[in-house]
Amino acid sequence: MYLDYVIRRFGIMVLIFALAVTINFALPRLSPGDPVEQQLSQLMASSGGQVGDVRAMVESYRQRFGLDQPVWRQYLDYWAMVLSLDLGFSLANYPERVGESIAGAMPWTLGLLGMATLISFAAGTLLGGLLAWPRAPRWLGWFAAPFMVLSAIPYFLIGVILLFLGAIVYRIFPAGGGFPFELTPRADWATVSGILWHATLPALSIVLAQIGAWAIGMRGMLVSVLGEDHIVLAEAKGLTQRRIFLWYAVRNALLPQLTKLALTLGHLVSGAILVEVIFSYPGMGYRLYQAIQSKDYFVVQGIVLILSLSIAVTMFILDLLYPLIDPRITNRRN
Amino acid sequence: MSAPVIEVAGLSVRYRTAKGPALAVDDVGFALSPGERLGLVGESGSGKSTTVLALMRMIKPPGAIDGRILLEGRDVLALSEEELRRARFARMSLVPQGAMSSLNPVLRIRSQFADLFAAHGERADGHRIAALLARVGLPAGVADRHPHELSGGMKQRVCIALAIALTPAVILADEPTSALDVVVQKQVLATLGRVQQEIGAAIVLIGHDMALMAHFVDRIGVMYAGRLVETGPVKAVFRAPRHPYTRMLIGALPSLTERRAFQGIPGVPPSLTDRPPGCPFQTRCPAAEARCRTEAPPARTVGPGHEAACHFAEAA
Ligand SMILES: Nc1ncnc2c1ncn2[C@@H]1O[C@H](COP(=O)(O)OP(=O)(O)O)[C@@H](O)[C@H]1O
Ligand SMILES: [Mg+2]
Repeated sequence: MYLDYVIRRFGIMVLIFALAVTINFALPRLSPGDPVEQQLSQLMASSGGQVGDVRAMVESYRQRFGLDQPVWRQYLDYWAMVLSLDLGFSLANYPERVGESIAGAMPWTLGLLGMATLISFAAGTLLGGLLAWPRAPRWLGWFAAPFMVLSAIPYFLIGVILLFLGAIVYRIFPAGGGFPFELTPRADWATVSGILWHATLPALSIVLAQIGAWAIGMRGMLVSVLGEDHIVLAEAKGLTQRRIFLWYAVRNALLPQLTKLALTLGHLVSGAILVEVIFSYPGMGYRLYQAIQSKDYFVVQGIVLILSLSIAVTMFILDLLYPLIDPRITNRRN
Repeated sequence: MSAPVIEVAGLSVRYRTAKGPALAVDDVGFALSPGERLGLVGESGSGKSTTVLALMRMIKPPGAIDGRILLEGRDVLALSEEELRRARFARMSLVPQGAMSSLNPVLRIRSQFADLFAAHGERADGHRIAALLARVGLPAGVADRHPHELSGGMKQRVCIALAIALTPAVILADEPTSALDVVVQKQVLATLGRVQQEIGAAIVLIGHDMALMAHFVDRIGVMYAGRLVETGPVKAVFRAPRHPYTRMLIGALPSLTERRAFQGIPGVPPSLTDRPPGCPFQTRCPAAEARCRTEAPPARTVGPGHEAACHFAEAA
């Protein structure tokens, strides 16, 4: 039963990935004219001809694209490229490869946005859980109220305010970047603290904006689970309040929370792109923003491909975890 | 007759609502001796579920319970939280309304037995669970299932097995068969009756099917607008119902011999927040007189163990 389900879900993931690759392959070819020439001439125009050896680049791209080959051949070659993780060159920073560019940006994004999301998920879910706990102290509501208000403000606005207060008015934190300029990264405390120092404001803006939403979601789910029939029986059975809350309510309410977490993680880069832009944080979102600005077509393509892949993979992992939390899932055929 | 296992007197449940207090249960009283079967009938909204939840002391704010509930001589409403928790299911158990959705969907049946035993400081080995399942006619393999893998009847049987697991003195069964088809209803009810007899528990069975009830219980109680308007031995009540509402309920039964259209009872029960003075049934009563609109009828004894709350109970 579970194996069936896993195979089905895996198939869906592969399908989504194949679709993303195909669309990525088709888009430049569907646009009128020669995509390489077009990109390069745009680049020439925007940078006043200071692009380096354009002729060599055109050559290299023609070869890479194999534009003289039949389409099916090009398609297979493209797949071979993708599977060998070769996504071509960056137009703006030639001869940097797209893969290198992404590999350089990825850890920053995973570190900053991933951690910030996990922290706000954990803190918010806990807060929401406590708010729904029948014996929660009254002050908890007062404590939670500011987060609820903050959750109604877009995170980039919070980011701008934090940047203004923390880096411009009070100059406590750096105004941008992911790492102190003057330092060379090493495995020592100065490096770690430098990274944390730079990550504080952007992380805080995400955490502040999201805690309230996680708390509201969890509290809402808990209230609805606590109203279900099986809670009545659990109480009638003489289970302790703690047992009912943790095993009957929290566990059941966590499922939709985890779904939301997986979706958020899957959309990590696109979801919080503005935070990286505001704080010039060297992650994927900022890189994507730069690439779009400089019309660095292949970097955009590469990042979009990685994004679709990461969403497909998180959805798959989530699908694997679901049945462990809610056994009803494997039974549903859809 | 031995001492009653449960004695209820002056039981009321009041909900605070926007339109003022709603009296969902109004001055209900009865007593059950060990092994006795009481059926509670009445149309939906008459306060049957609220009554059994009140007996378990499970009414949540804005609801409040009044009156006296003696379970094996102990005052349920005076128990501490911990004493109450320990008494639940050990001395008085519940097969809740909607047993179909009363099992936790994400836990295996085994753990739903295990946590019952654990909550009452008892060991839960596989044999004990298998034996309980066998008693309600389920194979031992059910323990490893999740609720969604069971049929409605099986879930209902699991709930019954849970209710007898700690051999309580009283079982409260709230419409334990209403979501099942007729054949399964009879089987499940038969199982409930058998295990109840085996452990010698008294039972309060709620149902709205008078005919099904008549075969099962010793005594019957008819509820209307939160009141117990008639109680008595099932034979006496069916042979000579003394409250006009009971008469109408029995008259509304589809009969096998007479092929006539099913008769409902015309009219609606009074609002619980804004009760008219006098008899709660006056608005629908074919025999209502001036006195019924001013004076609430007290319960009158009309036979051995047979009471009816109607001014004209003796005359009927
Ligand atoms: N939480 C509540 N607040 C207000 N009224 C309630 C509440 N719960 C139940 N009631 C009222 O109590 C009355 C009795 O309901 P119930 O005991 O479920 O009836 P039955 O089980 O006989 O169908 C109904 O009129 C219902 O509206
Ligand atoms: Mg009911």
